Amino acid sequence: MIDRENVFARLAALIEPFNRKSAPLSEATTFAGDLEWDSLTVMDFVAAVEDEFDILITMNMQAEIETVGQLVDAVGKLRSQA
Amino acid sequence: MTDALATPDAVRSDDLVPHAPRSRDLFAKFDGLIAERHALLQTNVHDPLGVVMEQVLSPTRAIIKGRETILLGTYNYMGMTFDPDVLAAGERALREYGSGTTGSRVLNGTYQTHKACEDALRDFYAMDHAMVFSTGYQANLGMISTLAGKGDYVIIDGDSHASIYDGCWLGDAEIVRFRHNDVADLEKRLRRLPPDAGKLVVLEGVYSMLGDVAPLAEMVAACKRHGAMTLVDEAHAMGFFGVNGRGVFEEAGVEDEVDFVVGTFSKSVGTVGGYCVSNHPKFDVLRFACRPYVFTASLPPSVVATAEASIRKLGGASAKRAHLWKNSRRLHGGLRELGYRLGTETAQSAIIAVMMPDQDRTVATWNALIERGLYVNMARPPATPAGTFLLRCSLCAEHTDAEVEDILRIFGEAGRETGVIG
Repeated sequence: MIDRENVFARLAALIEPFNRKSAPLSEATTFAGDLEWDSLTVMDFVAAVEDEFDILITMNMQAEIETVGQLVDAVGKLRSQA
Repeated sequence: MTDALATPDAVRSDDLVPHAPRSRDLFAKFDGLIAERHALLQTNVHDPLGVVMEQVLSPTRAIIKGRETILLGTYNYMGMTFDPDVLAAGERALREYGSGTTGSRVLNGTYQTHKACEDALRDFYAMDHAMVFSTGYQANLGMISTLAGKGDYVIIDGDSHASIYDGCWLGDAEIVRFRHNDVADLEKRLRRLPPDAGKLVVLEGVYSMLGDVAPLAEMVAACKRHGAMTLVDEAHAMGFFGVNGRGVFEEAGVEDEVDFVVGTFSKSVGTVGGYCVSNHPKFDVLRFACRPYVFTASLPPSVVATAEASIRKLGGASAKRAHLWKNSRRLHGGLRELGYRLGTETAQSAIIAVMMPDQDRTVATWNALIERGLYVNMARPPATPAGTFLLRCSLCAEHTDAEVEDILRIFGEAGRETGVIG
């Protein structure tokens, strides 16, 4: 199990290149609303997250994830299953 | 309820019903799209999404707004739509079997014409089984949603066609995406999947937006290494890839490795309809399990009769194939000489995608082309990869050498007028 802060920090680093509006990041930040990402950006970002943590985030799972905090939870869960 | 309180309109009869909320207009979500369409129509003479073919003269010529126009965006790759044998087959079937079947393939909607069409597909592909759907869209919808069930995985390319995405949404499987045409990225994802889960990898021979070809030999080999079944959509390749025109999978030498090939009658074949062919011994059970096959009316007999006649001719159409490839290479080279930026380094297929800088110049150039009698497809996000704007050209085996030179001359004039080329 990797700790939450570590996952958040690594995700923040991956969000950085896609954060064109320099929106402040917290666990409550939403991808569609705050970061204003379109589906193409989401696709590139998810691929980067999958490779960083050596996991798969299925599109079914992606549909349920709206905030950075929810993504931290999902990554933690998937890592513990890996 | 709060909306109703905030907008005190004149009293209507339905307001008199106690506690009846005002209905919320479900069209509100389209306001952005309506505004965008409105702006586009105000600044341009022609509407790229509202073209009407007033008369169709041949596979390569039509009358649009009273003007004879060269068609360079029809997917009519092999130019079969006016083939005399194809037309005769359709006319005969129309007279002998009537205008439509009024029924599902599994009830009253299978005529001798439908069986003959499936026979032609089996012969064309040299495969054991063929199933004809009412459209290519439904073929993908049906195959993907039926093959992959709960607990299975469908692995798709990020640039997949809408029918592949919709097939995923219709089914219950888990969906995984890999980066477009990236073999290493596909393999990485296959490795992360549970080894004993059911897996279906969906690939396309030619991707229709940029006209680029999938590295099928490497991809299919990766799928085999990880125990995944493969489905290849050859919609934009059937008719002119491979010695027999079967598609990119034939040219790549993986005919024995691919599990399912999906295709359409609405491109090289020249009518409408979709199909899947396979050597899987249990394939025919899909006729009873596949909802987009069962719960829709079958194609009219005249349509499947034209498809059968066309498929039978396409098998031996090597001279046409050669001319189509010649046209594609000439257009690619010529557009590049003019200074256009293209979607692929070489002419990989019969689609040549001209990359445009922005929406305004895309529409302006499209207008300049149509004003000079040339029709191409305009494509924009979200249909296009990476948010690009395209003028997409698709060649036909019936375009003459002179027509291709005319096309290049028109592209030169239009591009200089709108400042896209120097």
